[in-house]
Formats: sequence, structure tokens, C-alpha cells
Amino acid sequence: MYTASNLRKGIKLLLDKEPYVVIDFQFTKPGKGQALYRCKMRNMISGIMIDRTYRSVDTFEPADLEQRRMQYLYNQEGHFHFMDLQTFDQVSLGEEQVSDAKNYLIDNLEVDVLLFDGRPIGITLPNFVDLRVIQADPWAKGDSVAGDSKPVTLETGYILRVPPFVEEGIKITVDTRTGEYVTRVKE
Amino acid sequence: MSPGSRNKSFFAAGERLAAKKPGLRFRAEILQAIRSFFIETGYLEIETPLLIPAPAPELYIDAIHAGNSFLHTSPELCMKRLLASGYEKIFQICKCFRDGERGAAHLPEFTILEWYRAMADYQSLMNECEEMMFHLSQKLALGHRISYGGREIDLLPPWSRLTVNDAFSRYADIPLDAALAAGSFDEAMVTQIEPHLGAPKPAFLCDYPSSLASLARRKRNEPQSAERFELYVGGLELANGFSELIDVVEQKRRFEEEREKRDRLGKKNYPSPDRFLEAMPYMPESAGIALGVDRLVMVLTDQGSIDSVVAFTPEEL
Repeated sequence: MYTASNLRKGIKLLLDKEPYVVIDFQFTKPGKGQALYRCKMRNMISGIMIDRTYRSVDTFEPADLEQRRMQYLYNQEGHFHFMDLQTFDQVSLGEEQVSDAKNYLIDNLEVDVLLFDGRPIGITLPNFVDLRVIQADPWAKGDSVAGDSKPVTLETGYILRVPPFVEEGIKITVDTRTGEYVTRVKE
Repeated sequence: MSPGSRNKSFFAAGERLAAKKPGLRFRAEILQAIRSFFIETGYLEIETPLLIPAPAPELYIDAIHAGNSFLHTSPELCMKRLLASGYEKIFQICKCFRDGERGAAHLPEFTILEWYRAMADYQSLMNECEEMMFHLSQKLALGHRISYGGREIDLLPPWSRLTVNDAFSRYADIPLDAALAAGSFDEAMVTQIEPHLGAPKPAFLCDYPSSLASLARRKRNEPQSAERFELYVGGLELANGFSELIDVVEQKRRFEEEREKRDRLGKKNYPSPDRFLEAMPYMPESAGIALGVDRLVMVLTDQGSIDSVVAFTPEEL
């Protein structure tokens, strides 16, 4: 059980039976009045942001969240399947739960799956993922001005801008937090 | 921790402190300008003990235990005993301590400027606030137009004055009486009213409900309100002042009410401040005010966080 004085950024709690994470937190106390804890919170399932103000006497249930390392198996009709390598348990997440992470999901990639009451609600990718370029326009020498970039398509279907020297068939490292090109991978 | 990382954190903390030097130098100038204002207007600077046996019971202010005593939450009771003994104009700049208060405008240990004046009421204190702030802005060569939190604020008197009742009808989605009945006075204040107060001129929010002013005098023709005000600048609460209650019977009754409310919330109560109550019948008609010096520095140096106007926060010790 938490009280309002435990509230801080990043804490995860249960409201109306759904898990929320505190995104922003402000302690206020009007003259001679009571302490108020103003929170901005994100619903960890729907992603909806809410504002709430609590008093020091308010109490909260911590959200029962568990993070498990799992391997991505395959995508079937919009359902992304993952397997726990220790227990061989399989779970699946819908497209809206996986969201932009689908740009980086290649077979055998290991990710952290977030479970709420045993149900998967989201995944955390590694910060860097190596992906193969399946389509790129050839590099025309002569228009190689520094700062130039060109669009390429990766094996997941993700399209991003890369430096002109990146060729079809090679692998590149992408930062999953920004979605940007990092470097070429030596194979 | 490796010796290397220890060095790194030492240097980071050292650099943070070094970067605060110009700000702390300006803070010192503000303190000197405050002193010069009060000394020039005939006030006596006094010091009262920080360690006291019996703080005033207030529902939402918690004192920190120190041995068998408490660190004071304000110098109020000792300063009023001085008033009762013929000290007519006194001021003090001191540290005060309030348990559990930590936020962008709160430190559990902070600096208060408190002043009291015999034969005065809260209206004259408001005038004095205007004069003091104007004096500071001149003395520090800031000019009377300052900028705080992205808003222009003109310190030239007179400032705006509005009652708590008017503030509720103007800014809140609930009338004052209903907010008091529903126990949502503080929420409405913080989320709906305070952001509007104190720009483009500082604002005095006056005439608090008597139930929220345990040491203030009631208005003679309007006993449901007390002669209490708060000063706001750019949405930030800077000071709390009032015409002093000098009726010892009523004071004892209000202290008892506060103690009962603290009991109901499961908060600890303190020993009764008997020496203060014994002195009370000798208090002249008077008024007193507490002003947060750290917040005053925030306003005059346009800082959004109290952390940037003190050398050390509790977390850095």
C-alpha cells in the first residue's frame, strides 16, 4: 500500500483496476492548508493521460506488474507472439499494444514483455537493433554532399533515412528510442 | 563505488555549487536590503529560539521533533510574547522547519521573515508589504517592473486586493461556501485560483473564512471572516499576515479545535503553549506577517524552483 507521500515520478499504481504510471508530480500546499500531490499519470494499457490531485491521507494499491524476458516468434493476423525462454510460455499482443515497436520485431529478437495480472500489456525493446536493408536506391557518386540522406526500407517494412553510402543487402543498427540510423554493421 | 566515480560526483556537486555563487551573492544583497528597510522604518531586529517546547497547534503544519523539544515552525509565539511586553515594532529573519514539506516551492527547512507591529491591522501590513517590495526593487536596482515565470509584474503600489469570496466567484467552479462544506477549499485554491493571482500586479487575497485562521482576529462586522491575507506574486504565495487575535478565551478555544482536528487525522499533538497564553492578555492591538524569504528570492531572480536559491537542498547533504 502506498500513501500520497510515496508518490514520485515513475511509480506505478492501480486506479479503477488499471495500472497507471506517474509521469509528472508536484507537491503543493496552499497557505496553512493541506498538502496536495498533483499528478499527471498515464494508463499503461490505453496510453491515456489523466490529471489527479491527492491528499496525504489518500492511499493506493501498487500495480501488480511483472517484466519477463521473451523472444519474438512471429506475427499472425495482427497478433504478435512471444515466448518465455525459461518456461516456454507463449503470449500474444495486439497491433495497438505493440505500436511502433513492430518496426523492430525480427524473428528471435529478445524483448521485455510487461505483464499486468499475468496479461501482457506492452513490450520494451533493446535500445539498439540490427536490421537488414531490403531496398535502397544506389548511391550516385557526385551528389554526396555531407548531410545528404536517402530513404531505405528495412526487413520489417520500416522506412527511414540513412546516409547515402548505405547499400541494399547490408545490416544497419537502429536506435529504437529515436527510430534513427546509428551505424553500418560489419558482417 | 570506485574511487574514480566518487571523484566524479564530488566534482559535479562542486561545480553545481560554484555555479550558484552569483545567485547566492544576490540573495545576500536581498537580505541586506530587507534589513535596511526595517531598520530605516524603526523596527528592532530580534532573535528568538529555534528550539521550543510547545509549537502552536495548526492542523496542517507539522513540527519536527528535536530531543524533548521541537524545531519551531515559525517564530510567532515568542514574537507575540515580546509584543505583549512592549516591543512595538519587531522583525526577525530566521530558519523554520516543517515536516514533510518538499516541492518546487517547499523545503522542510526554509527562511522566514516575520514582522509584528503594535497599533496596526492587516490593512496597514498590506501597505507595508507594498512599500517593502518597492524599496527592495529600488535598492537592488531592479526597477519596478520585474519578470517572473514568463509574466511581467509591476511592483508599483497600489497592488490588487480581492477577498477569498470574490476569488472563488471569479475563478473557481464552486462557490466558497460549497467548497468549505465539501472540504475542497484547498484543491480549488491550488488548481483554479492561485494560478490567476499576482500578475500583472502582486495581489492580496483577503478575508479568509475564520475556520481557516486560528490565530487571526475576526472581522468586526462580518464574524465569519477573519482579517487574514495572503500575498501572491505571479501565482506564487509569498506571505501570510493577519490582525492578531488578542482574546485569550477565544484563542484557547481555537487551539482546542485545532488539537481535536489533529487528533481526528491521527496527527500528534504538542504540549499547550501556556506561557504564550499567559502573555496574551497583555498583547496590544497588533498585526503580524510571515514572508517566505526563499520564495521572495525566487521572484526577484526569476527562478521557478526553490532549489536554485539555496546553497544546499536536503537531498544534497
